[in-house]
Amino acid sequence: MTRPDPIYLDHAATTPLWPQARATMAPLLEGAFGNASSLHAAGRDARKAVEEAREAVASAAGVRPEEVVFTSGGTEADNLALKGIAWRARHEGRDGIVVSAIEHHAILDVAEWLARNGFRLSVIQVDADGVVDLDALAAAVDRTTAIVSVMQANNEVGVIQPVASAAEITRAAGARFHTDAVQAAPWIPLADADLLSLSAHKLGGLKGVGALLVRRGVGLEPLLHGGGQERGIRSGTYNVAGIAGFGAAVTATMQAQPALSERVRALRDRMEGALLERIDGVAVNGAGAERLPNNCNVCIDGVEANSLLMLLDGEGVAASSGSACQSGAPEPSHVLLAMGVAKERALGALRLTLGRDTSEDDVDRAVDVVARAVARLRR
Amino acid sequence: MKVLAAMSGGVDSSVAAALLVRQGHDVTGVHLKLSEQLAPIDGRVHGCCGLADAEDARRVAQVLDIPFYVWNLAEQFGEGVVENFVAEYAAGRTPNPCVRCNETIKFGALLERAITLGFDAIATGHYAINVFEEDRWRLRRSADAAKDQSYVLARCGQRELARALFPVGEMTKDRTRDLARELSLRVADKPDSYEICFVADGDAASFVEQRAGRRPGEMVDHTGAVVGSHAGVHRFTIGQRRGLGLGIEEPRYVLALEPEANRVVVGPRELLARGGLEALDVRWTGGEPEAFDAVQVRAHGRPVSATLAGHGAGRASVRFTEPQRGIAPGQLVAFYAGDEVVGGGTIERSAA
Repeated sequence: MTRPDPIYLDHAATTPLWPQARATMAPLLEGAFGNASSLHAAGRDARKAVEEAREAVASAAGVRPEEVVFTSGGTEADNLALKGIAWRARHEGRDGIVVSAIEHHAILDVAEWLARNGFRLSVIQVDADGVVDLDALAAAVDRTTAIVSVMQANNEVGVIQPVASAAEITRAAGARFHTDAVQAAPWIPLADADLLSLSAHKLGGLKGVGALLVRRGVGLEPLLHGGGQERGIRSGTYNVAGIAGFGAAVTATMQAQPALSERVRALRDRMEGALLERIDGVAVNGAGAERLPNNCNVCIDGVEANSLLMLLDGEGVAASSGSACQSGAPEPSHVLLAMGVAKERALGALRLTLGRDTSEDDVDRAVDVVARAVARLRR
Repeated sequence: MKVLAAMSGGVDSSVAAALLVRQGHDVTGVHLKLSEQLAPIDGRVHGCCGLADAEDARRVAQVLDIPFYVWNLAEQFGEGVVENFVAEYAAGRTPNPCVRCNETIKFGALLERAITLGFDAIATGHYAINVFEEDRWRLRRSADAAKDQSYVLARCGQRELARALFPVGEMTKDRTRDLARELSLRVADKPDSYEICFVADGDAASFVEQRAGRRPGEMVDHTGAVVGSHAGVHRFTIGQRRGLGLGIEEPRYVLALEPEANRVVVGPRELLARGGLEALDVRWTGGEPEAFDAVQVRAHGRPVSATLAGHGAGRASVRFTEPQRGIAPGQLVAFYAGDEVVGGGTIERSAA
């Protein structure tokens, strides 16, 4: 079977490796195989690659290198932030966990697990555009709050959250503010937070690498105990090549970001305009809010995402109904439901996310394919 | 042909998909997610995340190099199959959820969606033979008599059969497993499933009670005398002998279930014998009533000699050549002319 020329519009799920990241990793996969914790020359060479990456990440985020804790990815960073702070804060009389309703499951499920294990959980709702309700947040945060987590930008609808205000509210109560910046990092400058989660593969590094930025003076308990790497916060032998590639990818991303975001935003707007013009019954989710420049999330009346995605896949268009999930059976998105979208409509959600190599021809062809698929499903 | 292969993650549907690929069809695999996953010890899990069977099906699709998707039909399955199962048992009838699933899910929601998406046919791992002969599609018993599943497909009409492929139907189960091994499919030695798929622990009675409640009542004999008590009519099937909880010597069998009076009627074996049955919701494979020489009244049951005594408006009256025992309302009756299925309906009641 021949596959049509693919059009990849699922960059929020993952995006290709930067050539710079590949070039940085290549020698570490071949000759320089040392353990970054060893005292000999081979170890030192490996450690140098890790520390260069640490500086690259720190510089991009505007933090100090010692504030970067490498992890196995965004999920581990989120888990470490919430569990690590909660565990420490309990001894200080703070047992409140506050998260927004539209967080990734790496936050929501951790928060619910903590709630089942003796912590108090408050979930803050969002408005119809998917923006977290700051008044509700302010009402929920007090001197018993341990940590507040509000993502910098949502993974499904791309809506950018008022994290500066959320951080201010949190800090006024003496609690810690965490933001999951996994989706924001490729496209907008990173927020200022006590703790911030990053994932390498979302910005052109390898899967299985990420970081939690932990500002100085923020104490937390480790999830992984062992060899004492990362100042004892995250034990485990360094994933040297993966971390080095992460550093190179972050640097490449930050250099490209201002111009790239503008270019991709124009393409996204062109695509969204064409979808609205060519297909009846299309509504853009989060249209009234500020969104990541590469995100287009629409509900299409009378269309079920399962079938639509299959038809698109058959035509070589890679898209998503929201976040990628293990079994691949789309469920109504908790983000859209929180925004007040009816379940039936939420099942017709289509997420198209652009990347650095997406071309005008890609989006034009994709719109054609989507329009034809919708027409077929409505017959 | 563009074929959508329903892949449960079992060996039969896996080999069915493999055979279609080998025959040169353009095959796409789909796994149906039919129920929400049971929560593990720890509490909640996402509804969307991986059942082991879905993972098995996905791996087979990878080996066959075909596209693979998971469709969530849990809502349709819950309404069309599970709710019906509970309601039927609570009404003193004996449902067959696999028959119901074939009708409402595989040859219902799945087939409709496949047609919408431009597929020419759907394929399943059923052991039955579907061929076009003379003027129409004909459904026959499988080559493996022990595995034959033509019974559960008996209500398929021409519309369904014209779009259905049963690639393992002409093989024996042993041959299917051999092929799976030849193809290095990891499901080659996966055990057969016999349980009702949505009753995780195999305890159908408790499953019904959790949803329809517990209604204990009296057990009476054929003369109307109270001989004991029962924990709910859903715990019994006509013809059942075990588990009656009667302390009497001579064997007693369930003769009838009376949900309105909430009574279970028991009696001696000879009173079980019935001369015929009435069926409702009858569908004829060829669209029109036709003669048959045998019927099957339960899955894995033997065919018994019988004839069509009357029909009309979705009804059929069946006369047995010899009296039969254990005719349970709610079960499917399949009509056979030789080894060919000519129709099927739901048993409404037995007749004298």
